[in-house]
Amino acid sequence: MYKPRRLYKNCLPAERSILRLWGHFLYFRPNTLTEAVQALGLSGGQILAGGTDFFPSLGDRSVTGTVVDISALRELKGVIREANYIRIGGLTTWTEITKAQLPRCFDGLKAAAKEIGGIQIQNRGTVAGNLCNASPAADSVPPLLALDAEVELVSLAGARRMPLADFIVGNRRTVRQPGEILSQILVPRAAEDASSTFLKLGARRYLVISIVMVAVVIQKDAADRVREARVSVGSCSVVARRLRELEHALVGAPVESGPGVGSLGSLVTADRLQDLSPIGDVRATAAYRHEAAVRLVQRALDVCAESL
Amino acid sequence: MATIAPTPETKCLLKLIVNDREISVASAPTKRLSRVLREELGLTGTKVGCDAGDCGACTVLLDGEAVCSCLVAVGQIENHSIVTVEGLKSRPPLYDLLQAAFLRHGAAQCGACTPGMLVSATALLEKNNSPSEAEVMNALGSVLCRCTGYRKIINAVRDVGAKSTDAACPAAGTSVGERLIRLDGKQKVEGTEIYGADEIPAGALTLRVIRCPYHRAKFRFGDLEAFIAAHPGVDAILTSKDVPGDDCYGVIPRFADQPVFAHAKNEARHRGEAVAAVVGQAEAIESLDLANFPVSWEERPALQTIDEALAPGAPLIHPHRAQNVLTRGRVERGNVEQALAQADVVVEGEFETGFVEHACIEPEAGFARRIGDRIEIQACTQSPYMDRADIAKLLGIPADSVRIIPTAVGGGFGTKLDLSVQPFLALAAWRLRRPVRMVYSRIESIMCTTKRHPARMRGRAGASKDGKLLALDFAADFNTGAYSSWGPTVAARVPVHASGPYFVPHYRALTRAVHTNIVPAGAFRGFGVPQMAIAQEQLYDELANRLRIDPLEFRILNALDDRTPTTTGQVMGEGVGIRACFEALRPQWSAARAEAVKFNAKTRGPIRRGVGIAGMWYGCGNTSLPNPSTVRIGLKKDGRIALHQGAVDIGQGSNTIVTQICADALRAPIDRFDLISGDTSVTPDCGKTSASRQTLVTGRAAQMAGEHLRAAILRLVGSGGDGIDAASGEAAVEFGDGTLTIRRGGERCSVCLQDLPLDGHGYVLTAEETFDPPTSPLDENGQGIPYAVYGFGAHMAEIAVDIDLGTVRVLKIVAAHDVGRAINPTLIEGQIEGGVAQGLGMALMEEFFPGKGENLHDYLIPSIGDIPPVESILIEYPSSIGPFGAKGIGEQAVIPTAPAILNAIHHATGARMRRVPATPDRIREAIVANASSGRIPRKTGDARG
Repeated sequence: MYKPRRLYKNCLPAERSILRLWGHFLYFRPNTLTEAVQALGLSGGQILAGGTDFFPSLGDRSVTGTVVDISALRELKGVIREANYIRIGGLTTWTEITKAQLPRCFDGLKAAAKEIGGIQIQNRGTVAGNLCNASPAADSVPPLLALDAEVELVSLAGARRMPLADFIVGNRRTVRQPGEILSQILVPRAAEDASSTFLKLGARRYLVISIVMVAVVIQKDAADRVREARVSVGSCSVVARRLRELEHALVGAPVESGPGVGSLGSLVTADRLQDLSPIGDVRATAAYRHEAAVRLVQRALDVCAESL
Repeated sequence: MATIAPTPETKCLLKLIVNDREISVASAPTKRLSRVLREELGLTGTKVGCDAGDCGACTVLLDGEAVCSCLVAVGQIENHSIVTVEGLKSRPPLYDLLQAAFLRHGAAQCGACTPGMLVSATALLEKNNSPSEAEVMNALGSVLCRCTGYRKIINAVRDVGAKSTDAACPAAGTSVGERLIRLDGKQKVEGTEIYGADEIPAGALTLRVIRCPYHRAKFRFGDLEAFIAAHPGVDAILTSKDVPGDDCYGVIPRFADQPVFAHAKNEARHRGEAVAAVVGQAEAIESLDLANFPVSWEERPALQTIDEALAPGAPLIHPHRAQNVLTRGRVERGNVEQALAQADVVVEGEFETGFVEHACIEPEAGFARRIGDRIEIQACTQSPYMDRADIAKLLGIPADSVRIIPTAVGGGFGTKLDLSVQPFLALAAWRLRRPVRMVYSRIESIMCTTKRHPARMRGRAGASKDGKLLALDFAADFNTGAYSSWGPTVAARVPVHASGPYFVPHYRALTRAVHTNIVPAGAFRGFGVPQMAIAQEQLYDELANRLRIDPLEFRILNALDDRTPTTTGQVMGEGVGIRACFEALRPQWSAARAEAVKFNAKTRGPIRRGVGIAGMWYGCGNTSLPNPSTVRIGLKKDGRIALHQGAVDIGQGSNTIVTQICADALRAPIDRFDLISGDTSVTPDCGKTSASRQTLVTGRAAQMAGEHLRAAILRLVGSGGDGIDAASGEAAVEFGDGTLTIRRGGERCSVCLQDLPLDGHGYVLTAEETFDPPTSPLDENGQGIPYAVYGFGAHMAEIAVDIDLGTVRVLKIVAAHDVGRAINPTLIEGQIEGGVAQGLGMALMEEFFPGKGENLHDYLIPSIGDIPPVESILIEYPSSIGPFGAKGIGEQAVIPTAPAILNAIHHATGARMRRVPATPDRIREAIVANASSGRIPRKTGDARG
């Protein structure tokens, strides 16, 4: 039977059984993932981690209902290199990502980490939180898609794993079930020497919601041609997405331009971005978003090619 | 999922280490750290600007790292270390060095962002003691400031290591012109300043307002009594039935039209309009989900645009205002049609601007309490005496039964001229006989406080081929929203100014303020003139281009001077420094233009450089209306001087400027002064802090009061028989502790103040002087003397445009301003740099869409990384009316920036921006349209960038 280790004495009901806890606790702060999924599963509460989306989503309202604060789960923090995967704990903050020793292909993710909110947000906001919030403008999603990232969800029923692309399914919608915690992000150890970049377009320098953002990962072969290209675009569809058609077209292209050879960016055409479905909003028109996406993808590819 | 209402039992005893002290606090663990610091621990130096991580005002150090305390649940940080602004000065290795640097550089204006800035900069400096400009920007990027334009903050952070040159107090009579540290600076950098939300009287109830969610709606209340009964802790609900007096207020009494709460028999006229208020215990009120308040809405078709409101048959928002027109303005001179027909070159264009939100970092807040048959309101405001008059009217009590105590103001820019929290608080405290407080949320502040008027403007301008301006025909409609607010002022001021600071012999300017079902547009730094300048300065640029005359030289050629008449026929005779402003820019202008052309000729990438210019003039004070200020100073028995200075300091520095003026007039050292605030019970009326009038009007009154007190002191001695000539200009008065010593030539006498009787004000001697700038009414053609004094200026913008993306980076602004006399150059630069930042925001990013984005992440104001270096050039063409020759600068500073940037965009790209803000999508669209029109063939830039 589950026993909470960290107790707020004057919050406690007389009996400490978990079924009693449900319905009494407003706030629960477990120390282990096991405790956390039990508390979450039994209480049906909402998850609080870095707080950077939790509090803003309240608007003018105050906190109601049961809160399961998972910010003390040490096991969900930090980055671990394993044989086949690099594992990013769900509670790893964006500041920690920028400081982590990571292969070159993570440069785009690190660049994105520096653009998520501002330093105050990056010091608290977590990788899992940015994914679970599932904003179409979430800066971390394009670079993680370009890394072929997978996510792991843990609940009382156990753990399940899926590609990030399958996890976010709509504007602020994911397949996460109420009792599930996004415990870690897994990036396959492939193409680690690939060049990667992230470009963000916003209407001001800092603390800005993206109009468009682009992440690119490119790996070249011995003949200086593109072996693999991964390109993803955010803020131009309800969920950021990879541009598969463009990626295929890039394979085999010479990395360096020269006489009679265009740059990688020159292979980008509007019709190769037709999978995007940008909307018009207070930040920009739909038509502009589409055009800007083309430009940014061109630039991101050229930036990557130059550093290959 | 079960929802459990918070109850006191859910509080936990939590241990925190705050500013190195271990503290236990009983709190709900999900409570925001910001609120625990402010409400449980009394550390109100930490400001709350948005509760969403969008502004950074609440930044504290959590284990040494900067975090937004509004996004941290206090239960998450038990046993962790928190440092707030109050703890900085005892924290090694910086101690108070950074705070001293902020004061030295004038990096704190209103002070609302200052704690967040200081804490964020501390996090940086503890790791890196000599950061680059870019590193400072990265560290402070998510703390928004609306006053300073950030440059002085950057300088202060980078200068933290410098030896503090704590300048001694300037000698008596020499403070004007000195870079004096602002007199109210210390409390701003230490976090001890009291703003609207920072004091909670014992036993205060909390109030929240129920607001209309639709642009226009009928509404009907459900069972209000049952709601109160069902919600323990809710003491009362107030509606329009509870207003005891005349339920009709407004900043201009003749146009007053606003009820405290919309009347159910009518309808709510705009989204965010109040219909009711709930009052009760803080926790009970805060935990209410106002969506459950018993009111039903019937949405009605709303008039949102000027066109909809003016359409024939449109419903009237106020039945007595035909065609939904609130007021019209008109200034006409010469024969504009004939002159345009005869002009060698005529250009014309339509221009449009959007709603702009003031985005003060401090949301509106305050409290009220009833004392017998008097009511006291302590709140942030720019206009205590106007507040007093309207509150008296609403409560049906005499004005002297209302006391307004203005707090420090965390940014105003015009929006805090209008009432916000005050009527609700007054009403509730009056009826319940309990202190009542409220703080607007950011959402509420954006939803229901005034905005800058959107403008739709048409202009035709003509010139002769030798480059002389001949005629301007200008018309503008302003979307003034559902209530009058300052709409009449905008409609009256713009027609006077639409010529720009140039001689235009044939002139016609017509304006209308048009009601719509939108939140009222009111006063915002410039009363419509910044919008107008966007049209007029771009039209003149087109004229210069068509004439193939350099745009700067065109402006110099046409600049007003002492002898040329203005649009209203006013000939100033002195103090017209606009030509000098333009000429001061000439060397940098020529070099920058040439460099931009060279860059563009060579570049193979998508970046194009451009340099633009714009001029400005702006009348200080009310338009042809009285606007007196009265200043009282008293000599106290201890030899100190009490200055009753009623000009509310909203960060611009009137506390300091007015004191400098008064001190020099009295020829007393500034450190002998004790400032008395604008509390209406102790300080006379200095009018409102608006219209760039406080340096001129209150400053002049302070100068007169200082001179009179000096004369009274000398008379005191003269009548004492020591034979010092009372009128003597040479006598030196020494203000000692309890004594005055007067010296003239070899003569010397002392007066012991302790022996002297006190007057009715409680002083040994009192001087009280009133100044009202001399103006005259405008006739039916708008001819007359609308303002006694004008400020002039010109800005030059250097920019880089990415023509593929339509993004603009402003590289540098050079701003030349004729300020008459620079009373305090640091504070004036602060106004200029802050004005530039707001002008840049208006040009490039700021637009409020009613009903959308009521927050500071959809509504963007410039961040620290958007503001380029600003070089201020101060020109002094004194006005004999202003104190020591000084003129206003507050609004003058914002006006030329946007048109200078827009002219620079044209210079860079050939595209003319007729709709602002010039967001990337609009700029890109204009570039494409311009290219396809074939006027300027242009390589669109290849993919490689």
